[in-house]
Amino acid sequence: MELSLSREDAAFRDDVRAFIAENYPQEMRVPNPETDLTKEQMLLWHRILHRQGWIAPLWPKEHGGPGWSITQRFIFEQETSRAGTLPPLAFSVTMVGPVIYTFGSDAQKQRFLPRILTGEDWWCQGYSEPGSGSDLASVRTKAVRDGDHYVVNGHKTWTTLAQHADWIFCLVRTDPTAKAQAGISFLLVDMRSPGVTVRPIITIDGSHEVNDVFLEDVRVPAENLIGEENKGWTYAKFLLGNERTSMAGIGRSTRYLNRLKQIVTTEIAEDDPAFGEFIKDIARVELDLLALEATELRIVAQMSRGIDPGPAASLFKIRGTEIFQRIADLTHQAVGNYGVAIREHPVSANHFMPGPDDGHTASEKYLNSRKLSIYGGSNEIQRNIIAKAVLGL
Amino acid sequence: MDIQLTEEQELLRASIQRLLRDQYGFEARRRILATDEGWSRKHWNAFAELGLCAAPFRESSGGLGGGPLATMIVMQEFGRNLVIEPFFETVVLAGGLIEDIDLQAQRDAFLPRIMSGESIWALAWAEGRSRYDFSNVTTSARRHGESYVLSGTKAVVTGAPWADKLIVSARTSGGARDRNGVSLFVVDRQSANLHLQGFKTIDGRRAAEITLMDVQVPAGQLLGTEGEGVAALEACRDRAIAALCAEAIGAMSELNSATLEYAKTRKQFGVALGTFQVLQHRMVDMFIALEEAISLTQHLNLSLAAGEPHRSKLASGTKSKVGYAARFVAEQAIQLHGGMGMSDELNVGHYFKRIASINVQFGDPTYHLMRYALQNESGVSSDVALKVASNQR
Repeated sequence: MELSLSREDAAFRDDVRAFIAENYPQEMRVPNPETDLTKEQMLLWHRILHRQGWIAPLWPKEHGGPGWSITQRFIFEQETSRAGTLPPLAFSVTMVGPVIYTFGSDAQKQRFLPRILTGEDWWCQGYSEPGSGSDLASVRTKAVRDGDHYVVNGHKTWTTLAQHADWIFCLVRTDPTAKAQAGISFLLVDMRSPGVTVRPIITIDGSHEVNDVFLEDVRVPAENLIGEENKGWTYAKFLLGNERTSMAGIGRSTRYLNRLKQIVTTEIAEDDPAFGEFIKDIARVELDLLALEATELRIVAQMSRGIDPGPAASLFKIRGTEIFQRIADLTHQAVGNYGVAIREHPVSANHFMPGPDDGHTASEKYLNSRKLSIYGGSNEIQRNIIAKAVLGL
Repeated sequence: MDIQLTEEQELLRASIQRLLRDQYGFEARRRILATDEGWSRKHWNAFAELGLCAAPFRESSGGLGGGPLATMIVMQEFGRNLVIEPFFETVVLAGGLIEDIDLQAQRDAFLPRIMSGESIWALAWAEGRSRYDFSNVTTSARRHGESYVLSGTKAVVTGAPWADKLIVSARTSGGARDRNGVSLFVVDRQSANLHLQGFKTIDGRRAAEITLMDVQVPAGQLLGTEGEGVAALEACRDRAIAALCAEAIGAMSELNSATLEYAKTRKQFGVALGTFQVLQHRMVDMFIALEEAISLTQHLNLSLAAGEPHRSKLASGTKSKVGYAARFVAEQAIQLHGGMGMSDELNVGHYFKRIASINVQFGDPTYHLMRYALQNESGVSSDVALKVASNQR
């Protein structure tokens, strides 16, 4: 399904397609780019996009954005995800960048924004804490003012790719007497500061994506505070809004659905008792995906007419993740006996991996995809948001 | 791809809304249903005066040139108000077939009286054992001089007791399930040897079983080309689905607002029903189901208007997805209304019954799920489809 595009937009789409085909690095085409690449490999595409001026579609032109329309941004997102390119690090480009150019000081903008664009600085997100779950306002990490520094003590967790990070943006409690959201501040912390320790968390799929980050008497210059003290919740909410807009994940789901069809066609015999059921399940999930895509196109069209999409982002998050989980589940079922095999981590060509090439990552994707309905505000939280904001309950 | 209605379309929608608000409230509808005839000529004439019966037809046919989008607008509002008058049968089915077959003489003979609201039509394609297969036709049509002679029984012809004219599918050649050899005939309802046994349908309409015992039909009333009726009916089904889905989303949106309103006012255990999270999340899922149904229905109608090659596959996909979504919304609307939802006095059950009926007309959600699965984009059975088909034989 495609937007009915104007001539200019169609030409833009063709440019983007051609650019990806000519420039996407071959060495990034691995079975599971999220886990199989080194930091340097992950940054290859980032740097190519930066040289082209396309690294930060969301950003205003004055800060280094390409100055695209909403439709162009959507086309770029659609083309890059359909082509299976690894998106630039969201924590840097989509999350902290917009917070800095929206709420940061001039000095902060000059210091941080260029290094985000080039890929010199890798950012991670210090929101979650042990025991906080989806209730982010329950932050316990403390920052106490001491002269022109804050002294930070606490424990952040589920920190994605912190093992590569140069910086972490943290929610910290600066007013212990204020209630929930009121006493929180938004602080930028150099990961090389004394007192910062990163410990890997290995998830059920065997991969190392997330980490614990311990902060012990870390001295952070007061100039690294974003905006005003105790107003951090406002900035955090702004950031979460950005996080959810790209969560429909149509391109990714489409690619994995096509692979599932391929596996079912080649691996499952016609007289297998479950064959007909696979055909039915695939049709169902394909229609779910089509309906979500049609909804995304409808919202994009509304946005380009200046209509606020409101909590549409929550709908995308809920349905986008449910659909991908279903595809991952069906793919795992489709590889049959090989569903018990799982790759070793760190990944290496020296490890023997049995079964069809297409199915090597089926087990870990199935396991890993369970996270989708939990992170970024669990799907139950998203339903609460719609209940409140749309239904007025 | 949100449909931004033109000024003309907005006007059409507003004028239907005004008319229905003034004349077609739930109690007015109840009175219409209770009459002997079971429908209202007076209201029908008001629809015709408003131009609704001419709205979708091409200007070259004497219509207002609104196309599928005009039908969508009308049907959505009719769905909201549970209108029972035979717009679908007369304008969408019969009128659509006559215009699509595109023979000047037949257009001139039949369309003006359809567009003026003077004649009521019904489409008799089904038979007792045909289920949803247009090719499964045992009613025969034998050429005899300047006439055809029709014999057989047609089943569940909705709107037939009200109709002046019928379009009947009958076999002019081939075996009982051959795709070729089915022809369409315009038959006067008052023809000699045509017997009609009327019955009520679950959604308050009337339908009939029709027995033809050597009914003479002038050769000039063969609609289109002899033996090619199935293709015409398939195109008719695509249009029918687009209209029924629009009607379904009208009904769904009324069910959702009624349920939400009830949840906010009805108290149990001292609090409003809507404060219970399990019910909030159910209503969020009803909201999402509606949004997705709207998106797909708009997408289908735009594809029909543009004559996209994949429209027939898309029609089946939409019928399936919207059908499941509408059933979910309707069932949950009754559930959340508790015992009241079972009462005939409340409109909720009447929407439920209309949706149940829509889900049967022209194929149920499972039938269309499989039809969607077994077709590739251009309407030809895909490789996987062939595998399934051979498996099922």
